Amino acid sequence: MTKVSMTVNGKPATAEAKGNTLLVDYLREGLGLTGTHVGCDTSQCGACVVHVDGEAVKACSIFALEAEGAEITTIEGMAAPDGTLSAIQQAFQDYHGLQCGFCTPGMVMSAAALLKENPRPSEQEVRDYLEGNLCRCTGYHNIVRAIMAASGQESAVAAE
Amino acid sequence: MYAFDLARPTSVADALKALQEEDAQPLAGGQTLVPTLKARLAAPSTLVSLRGISEMQGVCHDDQGRIHIGAATTHAAVEREVAKDYPGLAALAGQIGDPAVRNRGTIGGSLANNDPSACYPAAALGSGATIVTNAREIPADDFFEGMFTTVLEEDELIFSVRFPVPKVSAYAKFAQPASRFALTGVFVAQFDDGVRVAVTGASEDGVFRWSEAEDALGRDFSADAVAGLSVPAEGMIGDLHGTPEYRAHLVGVMTRRAVAAAG
Repeated sequence: MTKVSMTVNGKPATAEAKGNTLLVDYLREGLGLTGTHVGCDTSQCGACVVHVDGEAVKACSIFALEAEGAEITTIEGMAAPDGTLSAIQQAFQDYHGLQCGFCTPGMVMSAAALLKENPRPSEQEVRDYLEGNLCRCTGYHNIVRAIMAASGQESAVAAE
Repeated sequence: MYAFDLARPTSVADALKALQEEDAQPLAGGQTLVPTLKARLAAPSTLVSLRGISEMQGVCHDDQGRIHIGAATTHAAVEREVAKDYPGLAALAGQIGDPAVRNRGTIGGSLANNDPSACYPAAALGSGATIVTNAREIPADDFFEGMFTTVLEEDELIFSVRFPVPKVSAYAKFAQPASRFALTGVFVAQFDDGVRVAVTGASEDGVFRWSEAEDALGRDFSADAVAGLSVPAEGMIGDLHGTPEYRAHLVGVMTRRAVAAAG
C-alpha cells in the first residue's frame, strides 16, 4: 500500500492504494465517494465515468496510481456547494432522464464532457457520445432530451 | 485481479529497464489490458505504465510530409491532431470504442495487441505505415502475424508509428453494436504509386490486404471497379455476430463504401 494523492472535486485528497487498485475503488472505498458506480466491472457500461484532467474516463479501467496528481471530477463535484444542481443534473430531473438512476452518474459525467467540447450538439451527436454509457431501464430518449435541454435546445428533439 | 506492482517510468530507457523484470508487461491505455486483468487472463508481476513518457506522446510531421505518432498517443488526440492532414486516419481514430475509451486507449497499444477486429491495424496496413520500436523499424506489411500476434519481441516496445499520407483515404466500418469493434472494417488509401486496401474484423488471420481490389482500384478508383470482386468465405471469422459468408460479403460492401467515401 502506498499513499496516493490527487485533487478530487477541487480539494486535495489522499488515500491508500495498491498497484492494482482501480481509480473507481480508490474513489469509492478510499475516499467514500460512492456516487461513481460500478455497473459491469467489464469496462462496458460507463456508470463509472469521471473526468481525469478534464477528460471523460472509465474509472474502472484505469489504476489509481495512474491518476496520482491528476484533477478528478466526480458526480459529487457537479452540484454547487449549496446543493444547487448543475444545469445537466437539473435537466435530467426535469425531463425524467433517469428511472432507477444507477447509470445516471456516468451519463451526467459523459454529458458534461460532451457539452464542454461541443456546447450545442445535434441529437445524433449526443447519441453517438453516449455510445459507452448503458441504461438498462431503456431511458435513452429522455436522457437525450435532458442533454439537449441542458444545451439550450429543448425544442430540437421530437416528442415521443 | 491478481496482485502486481505498477511502475511509472518517465523515460523510454527507464521503461525498458523496468520491463527487464520477470513477467513485467507494458501498460499503455489499458482499455483492453485492464479488463483482461480483471478476468484474470493475465498475471504480470509488474505493469510498466507508458503514459508518463513524454517522448512517446504526440503527433509531428517530417520534411517528407509523413506523420509521426507517438505510441502512447490516445485515439482522441490522433482524431484531433491529424484531422486536417490525414482526415481518413482521424475519422478512423474517432470511431474506435466510445469517447471514454478514446481518451485512454493508444495507437501503440492497439497495434501491439493486434486484435483481429481492431481498427488501427487496418489504418497501419492500409497506409503502409512503419512501426518504429526501440530496436528497429518494421513495415506494417511485415508487422502483423495473425490474431493477437505481431513480430514484436518480448522486450521490444513500439516507440512511434510513421504514416505516409495518401492523396485520398477513407475507413468504412460495420461496427458490432455492443462492442464497437469492427464486424468488418475496410481502410482504403490512394497513393501516387497505387492503392492499398486493408481489411480488419473479417479474417481469422487478422488484418489483411485485399490485393485483387488494390489492383482494380489502381486502374480505376471507383466503387464500380470493385463491384464484381469478392473474397472467399473460407478463413473468415464465424461467430454469433456473423457467419464467414456474411463477413466475406461485408468485405466487398465496406470496400465499396470506403472508396465512395474517399472519392
